Amino acid sequence: MPGARAGSSPSGMKPTDIANPDYFHKVVDCQWACPAHTPVPEYIRMIAAGRYSDAYMVNWHSNVFPGILGRTCDRPCEPACRRGRVEEVTGHAEPVAICRLKRAAADNKDDVRSRMPAPAAHKNGKRIALIGAGPASLTVARDLLPLGYTVILYDGDARAGGMMRTQIPKFRLPDTVLDEEVGYVLDLEPELRLGQTVGSLKSLLAEDYDAIFVGCGAPRGRDLDIPGREEARAHVHIGIDWLSSVSFGHTSRIGRRVIVLGGGNTAMDCCRTSRRLGGEKVDVVVRSGFAEMKASPWEKEDAMHEGIPIHNFLVPAEFLHTGGRLTGVRFQKVKAEFDADGRRKLVPAGEPDVVMECDDVLVAVGQENAFPWIERDIGVEFDRWDMPKVDERTMQSTNPRVFFGGDAAFGPKNIIWAVAHGHDAAISIDLLCQGKDVHLRPPPTVNLSSQKMGIHEWSYDNDVSNDLRFRVPHAPIEKTLRDVRLEVELGFDLKQAFAEAQRCLNCDVQTVFDTPKCIECDACVDICPMDCITFTTNGDEGDLRRRLTAPTLHKDQDLYVSGSLQTGRVMVKDEDLCLHCGLCAERCPTGAWDMKKFLLDAPRTGYACSR
Amino acid sequence: MTYIAKPRLRHPAIPVNRLGFTHRDYEGSVSTLCAGCGHDSISFAIIQACFELSIEPHRVAKLSGIGCSSKTPDYLLGQSHGFNSVHGRMPSVLTGANLANRDLIYLGISGDGDSASIGLGQFVHCIRRGVNMVYITENNGVYGLTKGQFSATADKGSRSKAGGSNMDSPLDLVSMALMVGASFVGRSFSGDKDQMVPLIMAAISHTGPAFIDIVSPCVAFNNHAGSTKAYDFVRAHNEAVNRLDIIEPRQAITVEYAPGTSEEVALHDGSTLRLAKLAADYDPHDRVGAMAYLQSRAAAGDLVTGLIYMDQQARDMHANLNTVARPLNGLSEKELCPGSKGLSAFNAAHR
Repeated sequence: MPGARAGSSPSGMKPTDIANPDYFHKVVDCQWACPAHTPVPEYIRMIAAGRYSDAYMVNWHSNVFPGILGRTCDRPCEPACRRGRVEEVTGHAEPVAICRLKRAAADNKDDVRSRMPAPAAHKNGKRIALIGAGPASLTVARDLLPLGYTVILYDGDARAGGMMRTQIPKFRLPDTVLDEEVGYVLDLEPELRLGQTVGSLKSLLAEDYDAIFVGCGAPRGRDLDIPGREEARAHVHIGIDWLSSVSFGHTSRIGRRVIVLGGGNTAMDCCRTSRRLGGEKVDVVVRSGFAEMKASPWEKEDAMHEGIPIHNFLVPAEFLHTGGRLTGVRFQKVKAEFDADGRRKLVPAGEPDVVMECDDVLVAVGQENAFPWIERDIGVEFDRWDMPKVDERTMQSTNPRVFFGGDAAFGPKNIIWAVAHGHDAAISIDLLCQGKDVHLRPPPTVNLSSQKMGIHEWSYDNDVSNDLRFRVPHAPIEKTLRDVRLEVELGFDLKQAFAEAQRCLNCDVQTVFDTPKCIECDACVDICPMDCITFTTNGDEGDLRRRLTAPTLHKDQDLYVSGSLQTGRVMVKDEDLCLHCGLCAERCPTGAWDMKKFLLDAPRTGYACSR
Repeated sequence: MTYIAKPRLRHPAIPVNRLGFTHRDYEGSVSTLCAGCGHDSISFAIIQACFELSIEPHRVAKLSGIGCSSKTPDYLLGQSHGFNSVHGRMPSVLTGANLANRDLIYLGISGDGDSASIGLGQFVHCIRRGVNMVYITENNGVYGLTKGQFSATADKGSRSKAGGSNMDSPLDLVSMALMVGASFVGRSFSGDKDQMVPLIMAAISHTGPAFIDIVSPCVAFNNHAGSTKAYDFVRAHNEAVNRLDIIEPRQAITVEYAPGTSEEVALHDGSTLRLAKLAADYDPHDRVGAMAYLQSRAAAGDLVTGLIYMDQQARDMHANLNTVARPLNGLSEKELCPGSKGLSAFNAAHR
């Protein structure tokens, strides 16, 4: 009999502790991967239901800039998305278009101003200075202002927005979207000190601020010091400076032949902007191979779609010039070699140098932090890379009153990280101002509730869509290349948004197993379309993984292990490829399986209660 | 039952058999039985067995009568031939089909109502005739479709969900199959796939009438205390006489048993059946011994499962009747019609 060969091994895995919020949070791959922990499936279901305003507000609470991020986010959620794994058998596996669905919510929402927090009616007397008016500082401002803090926002530019305004081309992020979402924060009435560059942190510290947040970004574009740089100066531009100059309307033309040096997203913005400002022959030249480029795959695609070739394994060696005029760039050909540790090295390929002619060069080979305005004797310590020492959890520097966030904290990342830093810094500042320990962080709010509506009815759509990822429609290229401010992507229409939303697997609706109710009838094992479930004798994790119904593909995905069952066996579920279709729960005769929605609200300061 | 079809997506790394199919390719339409029905587990054991044997689905004919059990052929082998016949009449239809085309694998799926009551005569005669088939009864001891009255296989003294006791003597299909000449007899439990799958595989590989009785708890009407066909009761009283392993011809034998505790039996398709003895002196080749053993264990309240009897020298109906080897649909008019001369000669031989 089955019981005879059972007998649970004492060395086996312990029952999974589902009371630990991290366990189910990790199953929601997208939310876990999002630095701001946006509850992605929750808002995607709202989009499917046509509740665009609600979807927008879920986003706004988490990430402050849904319309901006829905166009520009680096989308760490998408590589994590389970859909990209479960579709492997189709040969066209792609994640849900989470980012563009976010935009669909922003584009189709109603007027949400009435749902925004109001400026605080009573001030708490605490004064916080924010340096830089980019995404990190704006997030801190939004989180603190409704609580009654007085927030003073400094920026060298005349308008708030930071790099979102100066570096992201308008054809990717129109001003209307930016102004609206920056506006929601400014509506909370921070004191604006725009057009004022902070020249000394020391003097700012001497003023009566309770805390100072540094969110000034990584404003310095790296230069390329190779022969000819000085002589060809007039036609060699630093990428981010050039982009902001275009953004402000100071620059509106570029040469006919343009070479963009660098393989990151800034390089992609530079080359695409060039195409719109008179660059007929624009080439991107990258040191590394195509796959190792830092630019997001979709940004590379968009550039190539606009007729911009990307040349790889070419290291710039010299700017060629005659009579002070740039004529071209000479490149050395390299190849990738891997040392014993698997580290990649670029070594000369031993082939003749390549010369490419051009009229202008845009240098987009990286950004650097620069803090010449922070004195080194005010308790803010710097490390050997000349970066401030910042606690990754609290965002606090070695001076307890000074906090960092965004690119200023750990070097260039992206907007969503800046937002996450902003939330964390706001919590710390709030704790600091209350005289509390900034290391004692508030826990997330977690809710786990059954989605059962009837015998086989759930409050979510559990019928898994077979659609492959939908493409976002673009404006015709003849038009977009003629207007540097015309947005390229049109966004999903409502039908496409619905269909794409239906691809979401609802990974937040968790399969929850109640051990004592199980009669081991095997119904769940039989019905599971992904062979996720195994009933077997217990063992350690490696041993269990070898005995699963279907082989383990991703060991970073957890095994959900039950307590000991009547036959002495355990239920083991590999979370990896679960479709969250709920068929296990539909087939379970005793309700041992249930589908419960796990809603995690990452900790933030309590602005929502202030209205 | 569920309202939605099982999603088409599948795990990318599940095994593929010799034909390039995964077990998902052997599924049928979505089951309409109650959630947790033992019958569904049996369906999946059949699916798994056919997958493991790399059976081409179009070479299988699945036949059934009426009842919960007889609905299940729809839920497996969606690419196979099927015949949902009249109540209790599956054995006749199967016999006829087999006579017409001996090349197919015949899978008769029935229940305790279909085979032990209305179809009892059909059941015994089909086995008696030696039809080459796998005959499975999904035995839950109740009439589930009519809300749980005792069936003919309900044990004496077992209690119904409504509270009544069964006063009639039970009919043991395994004993009857042994008595009337089944050359392969097994019994299993729907909650034990490790036992069911190799048993079904061995039965499919066997030539001759193979019968498997599978106790399959009815979660709606017969899974309570006092029932002898409930998950808990069967688990507590299940006595497996052996453990089966099917070893494919190319496969290496990895598990070793102590001498005298296991035997290897060659199956007709070239694979090997490994039998590990669990009951020390049980011999599955001794028909009379098997019948006596079943009676004695039943008297002690145990349910004997595993491979109960197997006759390797079995003959099937076609051998007994000396029928033509080719399926009838493969014979041309030339072979089927002797012509007037041949007919005259044939008639003359009988004068």
